[in-house]
Amino acid sequence: MTRPQPQLGSEHAAVEAPGNPLEADARRGAGSSQPAPARRSPGRPATTRRLSPRVRTTGWVLFFLLPSGVPLLVFTFVPMVSSAWVSLHEWNLISSMTWVGLDNYAHLLTDPGTRRVFGHTLLYIGGYFPLVYAGGLGLAIVLNRQLAGRAFFRAAYFLPVVTSWVVVALVWQWLLNPSNGLVNQVLGFFSLGQPGWWTDPAWAMPSVILASAWKDVGFVMVILLAGLQAIPQEMYEAAKIDGASGWKLFRHVTLPLLSPSTFFVIVISLINGFQVFDQVYVMTGGGPAGSSQVVVGQIYDLTFRYGRAGEASALSWLLFAVILAVTALQIRGQRRWVHYG
Amino acid sequence: MVRRRSITITAGLGVLVLALGACSQGSSSSSSTSESDSAEGTTTTTIRYMNFSANDGHEADLDRIVEAFEEAHSDVQVEVETIPYADYFTKLQTAVAGGTVSDAFELNYENFVTYAENGSLAPLEGIDGSAYRESLLDAFNRDGTQYGVPTSFSNVVLFYNKTLFEENGVDLPTGDWTWSDVQAAAEELTDADAGVWGNYQPISFHEFYKTLAQAGGQFLNDDATEATFNTAEGVRAASWLVEKAGTTMPTEADGAGTPDFDSNLFAEGKLAMWNTGIWMFGGMADTDFEWDIVVEPGDTTKASAMFANGAVVSASSEHVDAAQRWVDFLAASDTTTEVRLETSWELPPVADESKLSEYLDVTPPENRQAVLDSLDAVVLPPVIERQQEMQDIVSEELGSAAAGRKSVEDALADAEDRVNALL
Repeated sequence: MTRPQPQLGSEHAAVEAPGNPLEADARRGAGSSQPAPARRSPGRPATTRRLSPRVRTTGWVLFFLLPSGVPLLVFTFVPMVSSAWVSLHEWNLISSMTWVGLDNYAHLLTDPGTRRVFGHTLLYIGGYFPLVYAGGLGLAIVLNRQLAGRAFFRAAYFLPVVTSWVVVALVWQWLLNPSNGLVNQVLGFFSLGQPGWWTDPAWAMPSVILASAWKDVGFVMVILLAGLQAIPQEMYEAAKIDGASGWKLFRHVTLPLLSPSTFFVIVISLINGFQVFDQVYVMTGGGPAGSSQVVVGQIYDLTFRYGRAGEASALSWLLFAVILAVTALQIRGQRRWVHYG
Repeated sequence: MVRRRSITITAGLGVLVLALGACSQGSSSSSSTSESDSAEGTTTTTIRYMNFSANDGHEADLDRIVEAFEEAHSDVQVEVETIPYADYFTKLQTAVAGGTVSDAFELNYENFVTYAENGSLAPLEGIDGSAYRESLLDAFNRDGTQYGVPTSFSNVVLFYNKTLFEENGVDLPTGDWTWSDVQAAAEELTDADAGVWGNYQPISFHEFYKTLAQAGGQFLNDDATEATFNTAEGVRAASWLVEKAGTTMPTEADGAGTPDFDSNLFAEGKLAMWNTGIWMFGGMADTDFEWDIVVEPGDTTKASAMFANGAVVSASSEHVDAAQRWVDFLAASDTTTEVRLETSWELPPVADESKLSEYLDVTPPENRQAVLDSLDAVVLPPVIERQQEMQDIVSEELGSAAAGRKSVEDALADAEDRVNALL
């Protein structure tokens, strides 16, 4: 039974824990033949209790689960089940529901609109992920060095992460305003092309990607920074003694040892990427001419603009299935390239 | 130990009760009504009314009507909820679905059909129809049942900056103008370098169905089973809207389409002619230039857009009677008529035109008669059950044509296919 190595420190554990829950569970399960902690925990002798200690512990566990369990049940599981029910009906929110079986799914699978919104979402992920990863890694490496004002820069780059999407999207919409936005004025000053940004179908998605990468780069930076700090210095020393330097150190020491953090960033980014909505809704509204409409935007429009809640629920389940499949593939694939110390 | 355990259970139960209470709150009652019996026979009923048309400047005016109603009907209290138009229908739909819709609410003509068809509205009985302008009352009648009363109407006219016209020595618009007159004046008055534009008319569904009628076309066939706008008239109407963009009218890239873009442009004196609604009278009362209005110029014929708003009673209301008394008062009482005229807050739907005389005396604009003259040739928007989708499709395709991504002909052909798929 392997525990995180002591010298890795708490930051590493913090990063690793969400990154490979399955791995951790597997190890624990394999190595553990001890009695459950409850059974050996002494406490006070339970002489007067007729309930077995095991039942009592379970009761406590359930009690402490209530604060998160009840909201999860009421606001996540109940809506999920009811959306599955709605997805089998035709419903415009104001009349009563009509049973249509799997028609909504059949319609979605043959509708070119579905392919289009999934395509736009993939395009978003394809543009967004390389930008945030490269940007986050670059910032993490720079801010991992000893430099003046390091704490300030770390906070500054993280600030957009905790800022409301509506605010960020409005600021970017203004920056990228095709006629008088700051970006185009600067481009014009250098006599460069001035794209129509969110008013041009070809540029609408790049505009959204740019804003999203800017907002999330701080998050990726923090995760990777923690990962970098968890890499033991001895590894670098050993590699240097063997004659490695520069690029080779980065390629053969830093990147492999950073792979658990990278894996975590990929999983989170893809899940968030498939659910992209706020920035699109505020910046482009899915336009112009539907050129930046994404899956969740379509779900919203179907329900609240067009009164097709059944179809929207079916699309939600389709999205859920896609995210689940993609994430499962990643978890299967991770053994090939993720190195846990 | 025993005591501690019982505390645990009590606390656990407490949490559960709270949680259950929280989730039942949203769906328990269909209206947050309260009744308080003070003595035998005197009951005060509180009803809720949700609306959009008081938003943005007329909240206090609506309060005045509520006060007058409560004075006349001491047994009813009205709680008003005012929502911006942009969010109103999303909010309303969700409230109906969640069973929390107010007892009475406002609907526009386009959305009325959907709600009436779906059984969300209570039929109104014993409404005195003679008080209302007939065509407006009929708009809220579905298959012989009156599901709502008209509360106000408004139309679209041509606003023009008189000072700008006079400074440039261009003849002022008249009620006899056609598109070509507008075009000629707009070209003369546009000065793109100075940011002055000749004309502004949104490129949207609402402008298109109207210009189509002005060109002599029809949007849907008579029984609304087929789109009929992809014709020579349709191309003419769409071209009229689309070809202005970038020549006499700012484009989307110039900022057109963003909130308040057009009203700011006009208020700054940088727009010569503006096709917009009479609800802008109040907002433009204090400009530092002179402006006036004329009936909107047509092409082969005149056609003016009319927007009708009505008030309805929710089928799920527990106080249908009180709610009906309120909507009736809101629609046709003298107080309402007075408030609406005094504050230039759309027009009251009253049958008696003499009651409107006061409206004509308020300036600007000088030529208020044009508002009433516009009613001679009214075209109502085509209405289908999947209204919002139809509107989005037409606006989107015209937008693509305006941005030069499609020819007008292709845009109309695509719009026709897509609208037909909805019918």
